[in-house]
Amino acid sequence: MKRVPIHLAMLAWGVVTALPLLWAIVSSFKTDNDILNDPWSLPTEPRWGNWSRAWSQANIGRYFFNSLIVVGGGLLLTMLLGSMVAYALARYEFRGNRLIYYVFVAAMFFPVFLALVPLFFVVEQLGLLGTYQGLILVYAAYAVPFTVFFLHAFFKTLPSEVAEAAFLDGCSHGTVFFRVMLPMARPGLVAVGIFNFLGLWNQYLLPLVLNPDPDRYVLAQGLAALSVSQGYRSDWSGLFAGLTIAMLPVLIAYVVFQRHIRAGMTAGAVK
Amino acid sequence: MKHGRLRFLIGALLPALVLHVVFVLSPYGQAFYLSLTDWTGVAGEAHFVGAGNYARLGGDSLFLDAVRNNAVMLICVPLVTIALGLFLASMLHLGGRSGRSSIRGAGAYQIVYFFPQLLSLVIVAVLWQFVYNPTNGLLNGALRAVGLDGLARSWLAEPKLALPAIMAVLVWSSVGFYMVLFSAAIDGIPKELFEAALLDGAGSWATFRRVTLPLVRDTVQVSFVYLGITALDGFAVVQIMTVGPGGPDGATEVIGLSLYRAAFFYGKFGYASAMGVTLFFATLTFAVLALRSGRKERLELS
Repeated sequence: MKRVPIHLAMLAWGVVTALPLLWAIVSSFKTDNDILNDPWSLPTEPRWGNWSRAWSQANIGRYFFNSLIVVGGGLLLTMLLGSMVAYALARYEFRGNRLIYYVFVAAMFFPVFLALVPLFFVVEQLGLLGTYQGLILVYAAYAVPFTVFFLHAFFKTLPSEVAEAAFLDGCSHGTVFFRVMLPMARPGLVAVGIFNFLGLWNQYLLPLVLNPDPDRYVLAQGLAALSVSQGYRSDWSGLFAGLTIAMLPVLIAYVVFQRHIRAGMTAGAVK
Repeated sequence: MKHGRLRFLIGALLPALVLHVVFVLSPYGQAFYLSLTDWTGVAGEAHFVGAGNYARLGGDSLFLDAVRNNAVMLICVPLVTIALGLFLASMLHLGGRSGRSSIRGAGAYQIVYFFPQLLSLVIVAVLWQFVYNPTNGLLNGALRAVGLDGLARSWLAEPKLALPAIMAVLVWSSVGFYMVLFSAAIDGIPKELFEAALLDGAGSWATFRRVTLPLVRDTVQVSFVYLGITALDGFAVVQIMTVGPGGPDGATEVIGLSLYRAAFFYGKFGYASAMGVTLFFATLTFAVLALRSGRKERLELS
């Protein structure tokens, strides 16, 4: 009996969380008229046309593809550079080690807004404004500090016997890192990789400033532009379809890998 | 061997260092210098104006609105989010015996609560723009459906409601994450402590106040800092959702938006950089104050 109010409280927040999301998904199958007449009604028949209109006419498909390239490239570069730096700093002693560590980690405490104006000109002068390469490099540059911070602690805890044995067998430093230490660090790589993927996939401010070409818009940027553009302001069903297309892959991936993802997302905060 | 070691270290560190210096360190450094100039983007045409930009910021009423709004958000968003997150996390545990084992469906609740955290703030903002829509939105639709027509409002168009509406969106998008975080912290508390409290006849509230809260205090403190930093931003949600953006009449203006507008609409790069430096010191001061408070009375859990 005592538990009924508890369940009610939990359920209430569940509804508050899920209802807007469900509403967007359901509305993406309705006609504009259905949506405008009664926001609560169910679709009379599923209108897949909304989805194809959003995907091709409203360019959500292209934005999706752009996001895949930029986030994929950025993530790969972040993980490669971040793990190398973290490993070198955690497992080798040399002068300046602490200094390099702090130079990386200190960047986590600066708001990106502070760098925004000069960053725009740095990217412009390198001729990288509005290019995939430019965004990939900037994404990686801003994701590496946390990756180093997280993996540094992780590499410190790994045992050194296996690496020593590999050295005795004549392996080079590079081989030991790529063949021995990286595979051992897999749980840490997965956690920080998931964290970085979501952070980069959801990035908005950096592309907004550094990626002005509408053909190269990433998903978040394209959706934001659509929601304020005159032509689509009134196309509710198309926008809902676009929203759903943007939400579903992440939500489905989450339901499948939820334990990993929650661990990865919260790991950074617990440290 | 010695030689290979040096080559490996250089190979591992140098590329990332170059990237870091070019795209992170140098922009941060330049921002401080630019904030002391009147630069408008023309190469070689930056004049040193000392603290001139900062003096102008003090008389810029829209910027002062932004500072006030960010200050309100800095207090309200973390407090409400943490309160709700702690409440839900302890509910999740209270349901079970001895204050620890979870209630039925706990797993499902955690999955659903976490959804908004996975979505880009852009998606959240576009979605809530629809929810708040005065004529066809979900919120007014719900109010009308239960006969509360009188409560239906143009949420984002009324100066008094716009900022709370924005803050509600920020709270909505982060409660689930902090609930999961606090839940993990509560799981880390030794079971014996709850059993001892139970034996001493402590009720749920007393257990929460005397056992749970002191022992998750560190997590709460760190959460406060993270949430505060998020609240000092607020750019995406405000820029996408509000009229203007930043309106009505500066009611939802935030520092990030002022900076973005000054730089990329008006080309006042020096002035915008001064806003960035202000935001940096605000963030730093807040983080130091929040992390310092209560350090002495920290509990050690052996």
